[in-house]
Order: sequence, then C-alpha cells, then structure tokens
Amino acid sequence: MPRTLTEVFAQARQENRSALIGYMPAGFPSVKGSIELVNALADAGVDIVEVGFPYSDPVMDGPVIQQASQRALDNGFTASQLFDVIEKSKASTVTMTYWNPIERMGIENFLTQLRAAGGVGVITPDLTIDESDEWISQTSEMAIDRIYVVAPSTSDERLKKVANATSGFIYAASLMGVTGTRSALSGSARELVSRVRKVTSLPIAVGLGVSNAEQAREIASFADGVIVGSAFIKLVLESPNEKEAVEKVRVLAAELAQAVRQPRS
Amino acid sequence: MRSVNLRNSRIENRKYAMKMSESIDGHFGRFGGRFVPEALVGALDELAAAHQAAMHDPNFQMELAELHRTYTGRPSIITDAPRFAAYAGNARILLKREDLNHTGSHKINNVLGQALLTKKMGKKRIIAETGAGQHGVASATAAALLGLECVVYMGEEDTKRQSLNVARMKILGAEVIPVTTGSKTLKDAINEAMRDWVTNVATTHYLLGTVAGPHPFPTMVRDFHRIIGVEARAQVLELTGRLPDAVLACVGGGSNAIGIFHPFIDDLSVRLIGLEAGGRGVSTGEHAATIVGGTPGVLHGARTFVLQDESGQTVESHSISAGLDYPGVGPEHAYLHEIGRAEYRAITDDEAMEAFSLLSRTEGIIPAIETAHALAGAMQVGKELGEKAILLINLSGRGDKDVQTAAQYFGIPL
Ligand SMILES: Cc1ncc(COP(=O)(O)O)c(C=O)c1O
Repeated sequence: MPRTLTEVFAQARQENRSALIGYMPAGFPSVKGSIELVNALADAGVDIVEVGFPYSDPVMDGPVIQQASQRALDNGFTASQLFDVIEKSKASTVTMTYWNPIERMGIENFLTQLRAAGGVGVITPDLTIDESDEWISQTSEMAIDRIYVVAPSTSDERLKKVANATSGFIYAASLMGVTGTRSALSGSARELVSRVRKVTSLPIAVGLGVSNAEQAREIASFADGVIVGSAFIKLVLESPNEKEAVEKVRVLAAELAQAVRQPRS
Repeated sequence: MRSVNLRNSRIENRKYAMKMSESIDGHFGRFGGRFVPEALVGALDELAAAHQAAMHDPNFQMELAELHRTYTGRPSIITDAPRFAAYAGNARILLKREDLNHTGSHKINNVLGQALLTKKMGKKRIIAETGAGQHGVASATAAALLGLECVVYMGEEDTKRQSLNVARMKILGAEVIPVTTGSKTLKDAINEAMRDWVTNVATTHYLLGTVAGPHPFPTMVRDFHRIIGVEARAQVLELTGRLPDAVLACVGGGSNAIGIFHPFIDDLSVRLIGLEAGGRGVSTGEHAATIVGGTPGVLHGARTFVLQDESGQTVESHSISAGLDYPGVGPEHAYLHEIGRAEYRAITDDEAMEAFSLLSRTEGIIPAIETAHALAGAMQVGKELGEKAILLINLSGRGDKDVQTAAQYFGIPL
C-alpha cells in the first residue's frame, strides 16, 4: 500500500524538512520512459510523484508541459496508460488532470481505476470548488485526496472555502501565470503561504516556476512542500535519448531532494 | 392534447426567460458554470459584478446606445430578399443586416459593451482571440476608439486564411500574435489568450468574442447582442404585422444566434434554428457541428457540447469558414437544444458556398461565409414551410474578408 499524503507530510515534518513533489506527464516521452522517469524521481528522493494526464487544451501550462503533453498525445496516449504509470510508480502518486477527461470517463469510473492503480490523490487545476459537489462526495467516499490550487489573487474569504474542500495538501501557485521554469522566484509565494496558514492546518506545497536547488531551498524554508515540473521535463526534451534523460532527471531530483533537507532556520 | 402540452411548455419557457435573466451564477440547466484556474475566479467575479451593475445603470446604457447610434450605425436595417426567396420555397426572407455595422459584422455589439466595461473596471489592456478575424478587428477598433492597448491571438492557420483582417488589425494599432500550438485555429487562440489572462489579469481584460467561456461571459456577451433580436422583433412586427415563423442564424460559438434568438424565446410560435458548420459532412468527422455531432463535456471554462474523443481530448474541427471552425459552443445553446426550444442543423461547406453565391447574385449582398450557413439553412426551411412562411435571418457579417477563400473555391483567378 502506498503511503497517504498525510503520512508523507507527517514524516517530512518529523524530519524538519519540506516534502519534494515531482511532476511528469504519463506517456512522455513514451509509456516505458515515463515509468522510468517517475521511478528515477522516487529513487532520487522525491516524496510524491505527480503524474500528469496529457490533455489537448492545457490552458494552465506553459510551452514546456504543452510540448510534452502533445508528444504523449501524438504517441496515442490513453487513460489506461496513465493508470499503468501510476501502478508502477514506487512513490506515493497523485495525478494532475484537467477536468474534461474525468468528466468524460465518469467520476466513479475514473476514481475506481485510480484507486485500483494505487493513486492517492488528484490535483484538478481547472475545477472550481463551486462545480465540485459530486467530485467532493465521490472522492470522500473513495478516500482519494482532493488537491485544489490557490493563487496570489485568491481572496482570504475564498482561500478558506477552498481549504475546506481540500484534503492531502494545498497547492499554492507561486505566481500569477502558467507552468514553466522562472529564473527568479516571485515574492508572492511567501505571502500566499502565510495567508493560507491562517485558514488551514493542511500542508501547503508551492509550485509554478520552481526550477533549481536554490529556489527549492528558499521555498522549503516557509512551505511544507516544493513542487517541480517543467525543469525536469525540459531536461527530457533536451536529451537525445531516454537513457540520458533518466540520468539527468535523477541528478536534478537528487539536488532538489538535498535542498529541501537543508536544516530550517 | 398537443395544445395542453404547448401551454405547459409555454409556462416553462416564460419561467425560462425569468430564470435565465436572474441566473447570476451562470448555469443553464446542467450547462455553463465555471471551470477555470482559481487564479481567474476573482477577475470573473469582478467582471460579473461590473456586468450586473452596467445592466442596471442608465448612464452606461445611454453611453452604449449613443455609441451604437453614432459609431456602430444602429439600428441595423431589415432587407426583404425576394429574389433569393425563389430558392427558399418562396417563403418571405427578411435579412437582419448586421453586415452593415461598422467593421462589418455583429461582433462590434459585444466589443463596444465589453470595452466600456473595461474602462469602468479601470483596466487599460484588452486581449482577444479571433478566428475569422472579425472579432479581432472589432476589438482593435474599440481599443483605438477608447484608447486601450490591444493584443489579438489568432491561430497561425487563420492568419493565412484571413490575412486581410490581420493587416486591418495592425493598421488599427493592435498587436497580432499568431498561435502555433495544437490545431493552430480558434480553439488554440483561446487557450493562448487564457494563458495571457492568467498571467496579466490585474491589468488586463479578456474580451472574449462569443457566448462561450466561463461565467459571466455567456450571459454578458448575450446581453450585449440581444439588441439584434430586440430591434429585429419590432422591425418584423412593423413590416409584416406578425412574428416570423422561424429565426435562423449560424452558430460558431453562438453569439449572433443567441443575440437574435433571445428576445423570441417566449414567442413559442417562432422556431429558433441554429445552423452549425457541417464541413465535409458530419458523418466524415470533418466538421464543426458541435451540437449536431458532439457530446456534453467541458471546454474553455464551461460545460457544453464539445467535439471530443473517448478519453475527453478535444477533436479538431473543420469548416471552410474560420469563424465557425470551433469544437465548442456557448452553453446556453446546449441548454436550448436540450429543452427543445431551439433546433440545430449542420450545413456543409458546399451548401454554404452555394448560398453564398446565390445571395450575392440575387440580392447584390456578399455575405460572410459564416453567414452563408444561415442562408443555406433558410433555403431548406423555406422549402419545408412554403411561401406563406416568414423567415428572419441574421445576416451576421459581410463577405469582403472571404473574397480570397471564395475565389479559390469557385476557381476565380486572382
Ligand atoms: C460574420 C460572422 N458570423 C458568425 C460568426 C460566428 O460567431 P458566433 O457564432 O459567435 O456568432 C463569426 C465569427 O467570427 C463571424 O465573423
């Protein structure tokens, strides 16, 4: 049985560190390749793997994840491949997906297959809490964590409502924008985390634009989790073959895993 | 039995109009709503509040009406089309001339409304998506008029099909960004505009060009286009002494159609008929007939009908007309279809081009190819209803922008 998100964050807290969360789309660069990449992340010390469900219209994603998703779709990606990757993942695994694929499969069908594959949570970047009634009742019934994304523009009042609907951890977007590496960390992340702290005791993980150890270290000093996606995918896109891609991803993951383990002040 | 049913559904529909005008959360039955990144919720709330306030603000209404009178050229006229009618079962064909609006289509109605709202919200930059380029041109025009910065996202494929409109936007001072992702058409331009908006929402208004998208867009854009139907209903009554038997409009996202349909929804004797782009034929899979050939799903922020595959991936649409080449449709149309108040049919590329040519030759009006789909629908419905029928057709735009496509289609050397 994979560890639940609550268990993963509890352990990280016990070790006085942040958890590291790494993102990879399923089926990119191939199904086999994405399984190897996901497990390279796990082996290098990533605590939670986020497996992306490639989608034709990823409005929350920048060029890097768009390109990776498109590659997976061009290769004939199907939902069963997503569950295959999740099943073979060694780490605790959540999936990140736009809403329409879930709606098309049917919530119950999707959650049943996710649970059978060992998935523990779902991040839904374009599902608002206002459209979530059925999602909340079914995920609760199936004991799958519901992770919502909050942004610097989210009002305090709304933060409270979103936090109430969330389980596992809250995904705090570090800035206003789409996924992709950024050279400098936005100042808004720290402020958002402190606003979220005021309304919930759930763990808070920060993502969007985090690409190197220095940024990870900084975020780890005030957040419970550090989420990295595009930086890994960029390495894969730049690699001539899957073997080299896996190696490069392993190296960066290890660096980041060390960064989140820096003693906190 | 039938009359009892009719009476019941009349009551239902009266309730519909009331319920929908009060539907401030943006749901149309199970359709509509908001499926967006949390980052946009604040901006959508702000916009919804600004829209509601504007609808009840006599000053805003006067300002907009004055712009329409002195700039758009409203009210647009109604033209009887007797020579074209010969190809439509000799039914009486009345054309609501949105093609005569400034910038050449209905799009300006919505654009001026939203551009005024942008100013009220204190934002200085607008972004827009465009397919045929008509909405982009209208947006660039309003930006020039009101002193706003304007960026237009347009699929690379469409910048080629509609190169004249690209030049028009640039002349008007807008920046046009070709979108090279996905199918390189309207749906991808919307994706890119959403990404821009998520990033720049504090300073920027997304001036969406149709009745799709998250709440409040479907309601707000409809409200700005209702003037088409409000004028046309009064004009037809005055001209003919009665209501039309059917109102027809082409449906891409559905803005010109909802604009002319909406004031007729409670007139149950009036059939509302939307014509979607059937492309090479719905059975070939190469079409953009979202209601006729699609399934319920979520696209671009709303639950509606979508062209999608088994696993929920959006399928690329096809139409000879860039403005109808979209795999989604406004959620209110999905609802009108579901409750049976409006009917939707698919018109193929060839049928549309035949109607395009016919209207040009019989009436001296070159319609937009989008609009030609509505005219082809009128040819069918006119034959079905016969010469006593009165059909009101939304002539949503003029065909100047389509001369190149049409020349190619008909083999006219350029
Ligand atoms: C003349 C004209 N008619 C119709 C449309 C389709 O849009 P909608 O369905 O929103 O009216 C367009 C879109 O570009 C257009 O230019």
